[in-house]
Amino acid sequence: MKDNYVPSVKKRQIMELAESGKRIDGRSLMDYRPLDIKPGFIEKAEGSAAVHLGGTYVVAGVKIQPEKPFSDTPDKGVMTVNSEFVSMASPEFEPGPPDIKSIELARVVDRGLRESETIDTKKMCIYKGKLVWTVFIDIFVLDHCGNLIDAAALAALTALFNARMPELEFKDVKQDVTNTLIEDMTPQDGWKEKVHSVTEERTVFPDRKKSPLPLRAIPVNVTMAKIGDKFFVDPSKDEEEVMDCRLSVTFTEDGNICAMQKGEPGTLTPEEVLRAVDIAKIKSQELRNRLPIPEDILKSIEKAKAKKKEKD
Amino acid sequence: MKNEKLISDDGIRFDGRKIEELRPIKFSLGMLKNADGSAFVEWGKNKILVGVMGPREAHPKHLALADRCRIEVLYRMATFSVGERKSPAPARREHELSKVIKEALEPAIFVEMYPRTTIDIYVEVLQADGSTRCAGISAAALALADAGIPMRDLVSSIAIGKVEGQLVVDVKDEEDKQGDSDMPLAIMPSKNAVTLLQMDGLLTHEEFIRSLEMAKKGCMEVYQRQKEALQEHFQKSANNDEET
Amino acid sequence: MLRNCEVFSIPTKIEPRQLVVPGTLLAEGKYNVGFNAYREGEMVYSSVVGLADLRNDTVSVIPLRGCYIPYVEDVVIGEVKEVNPTMWALDILSPYEGILFAKEFLSKPLNTLKEDARSYLDIGEMVIAKVLSFDRTRNPSLTTRGDGLGKIQRGTVITVDFTRVPRIIGKKGSMINILKKESNCQIFVGQNGRIWISGKTRDEEAVVADAIRKIEAEAHTSGLTDRIQEYFAKRRA
Repeated sequence: MKDNYVPSVKKRQIMELAESGKRIDGRSLMDYRPLDIKPGFIEKAEGSAAVHLGGTYVVAGVKIQPEKPFSDTPDKGVMTVNSEFVSMASPEFEPGPPDIKSIELARVVDRGLRESETIDTKKMCIYKGKLVWTVFIDIFVLDHCGNLIDAAALAALTALFNARMPELEFKDVKQDVTNTLIEDMTPQDGWKEKVHSVTEERTVFPDRKKSPLPLRAIPVNVTMAKIGDKFFVDPSKDEEEVMDCRLSVTFTEDGNICAMQKGEPGTLTPEEVLRAVDIAKIKSQELRNRLPIPEDILKSIEKAKAKKKEKD
Repeated sequence: MKNEKLISDDGIRFDGRKIEELRPIKFSLGMLKNADGSAFVEWGKNKILVGVMGPREAHPKHLALADRCRIEVLYRMATFSVGERKSPAPARREHELSKVIKEALEPAIFVEMYPRTTIDIYVEVLQADGSTRCAGISAAALALADAGIPMRDLVSSIAIGKVEGQLVVDVKDEEDKQGDSDMPLAIMPSKNAVTLLQMDGLLTHEEFIRSLEMAKKGCMEVYQRQKEALQEHFQKSANNDEET
Repeated sequence: MLRNCEVFSIPTKIEPRQLVVPGTLLAEGKYNVGFNAYREGEMVYSSVVGLADLRNDTVSVIPLRGCYIPYVEDVVIGEVKEVNPTMWALDILSPYEGILFAKEFLSKPLNTLKEDARSYLDIGEMVIAKVLSFDRTRNPSLTTRGDGLGKIQRGTVITVDFTRVPRIIGKKGSMINILKKESNCQIFVGQNGRIWISGKTRDEEAVVADAIRKIEAEAHTSGLTDRIQEYFAKRRA
């Protein structure tokens, strides 16, 4: 499999073409491949998105379920990112336990979302210490034609934008929790009046149904491959096969960096890192402008920002 | 849902279908770049992607068969494909389905043409809504054709259910869960050969005979859709070759 | 004579160049079975997606998709994926990897004590080679002895679907000749779908690569040769 060696003929080809600012697929060094984002691809998931970035094809699904919180954050919802390299996506992906690269991918995407505090987990608490909403983000890589990180991050973010809170069904909730919930419900929780009827088998908080996730940031990742002394934005698989190393930088809409990852064994000078960050800043804003963000999400993000400013 | 009837008194199923009516089925081909052949099917709410890799060098090498090609099938359900999130670890059900799907497809493939190689067939259920193995098998036949793998015939598949005492064609999720029986069947349509048959539930002998008839008819309908999809996808390349 | 009458009195079930799929009945009777077709009793069926073809009394199917299977005398482009002391294993875009023995590459045996095979031909490098022998029970053995064969030292290599190779060469080499004439590049089309392009500059090579992608992707309308000529004219302007 290709992973094992550098195709030297191709490497020469890519490096020499880059001297005149060109790439083997006709792009310039700064160009992304065509990007196509389909939100709501999977109706059975609470949120989902299918992303085509050139030939790379990634689907992300969001499941939101009531679970027990972590003991150190009893009043906060939980977010987990999981990714899977499906074997049909590339000849080098073998069936079996998660590939180490797929774990890295999930963690880089996770960091971008977590550190930018995209999800306001405090608003995801159902009952302190007992029950919180858990957001499972599952990323499936279906066709690997390079730059999985950016495609996966875009898919995960779009799936979150697209997600709607499920109904809380008491039958899904453990009995002891249900009882405490019903007994302890006080008006100031803002819950009691909104509960239809606790005696019914299925009890719905109408407020939560179909409402979006409490989101407050739009982190966008940009990955660049370093080949020779040049950076290739959105590397294709051919370029990844010959790259010295890659750098991924996640920017928030405020222009802050919230996650970075250098990959592969090559090296970068500090000056090169600064140059890459400059590129990422510009490209991330370009990508952000192309994201399909629903009106209500945009508003809630602005609101969350205003609130934060007030506090500061 | 539990108390609602799945079939109305005038024979209309809860999703509006008649007893012998299939859900809308749409196959498309060749959407994956890395796979040698690929097909996607939207079958009601089922969304299934199939990728074929091969024939390629058997890996690890000691698994190679001297006289024929080894067929491997991996049927997987995405974590978000069902109501409650499915654990990412493969379940026993997925292992069994992988096996029966392999055995449903293998008779159609000229395995003797590629000794010492492997053909891997990956069936990825992105959204499940009942009869996923049937939809998966039918899509896999197209993905194999898209990979240019020599086959005797396509393989077409459908499930017959028994719901509230009535036999119905193309079992949807709710009908499977609340119905009395489920019988998936796959055939090579122009060979009249059954390649998959499973049944769980309870059927009288007469009901089984009728189910088999209904399944054959249903498979022929799936076969039509498969052929249409191949025509549509390859007509372009066919015109292209006209000039040579 | 009698036999011939019999053959041609039974009609085929398909139009010539009709699009067929696996299992399509092609003909009934004593036709010969050609490529990508199979016989069951009196019936001849297609085994792949392709275009039905009847020549003399042989029924076959021209495939539209498929993997490359080597034939003796085919010239292919391989990429070195493994080096042994006495041979190289080449990826030739086929289920069967090509074997290039040292004596077929160096025209002399390799002294494994003194010489490193990798210094002659390293992993990741490419060669243009001819298939010497192959029968599916063993991997094809290759040779680089012959005109135009050997290690690729410069130029661009691109990959196309091997079923498109006849299209890129064209009728009696019409298309490939246009490409060569218009670009002033050396071009070699391997039977396995790898194409080597060597020009004065990388840019020249990129233009040819583009043109080949165009042939591969857009070739379904008529007048392709004209459009390829137009394409080069535009690039020059």
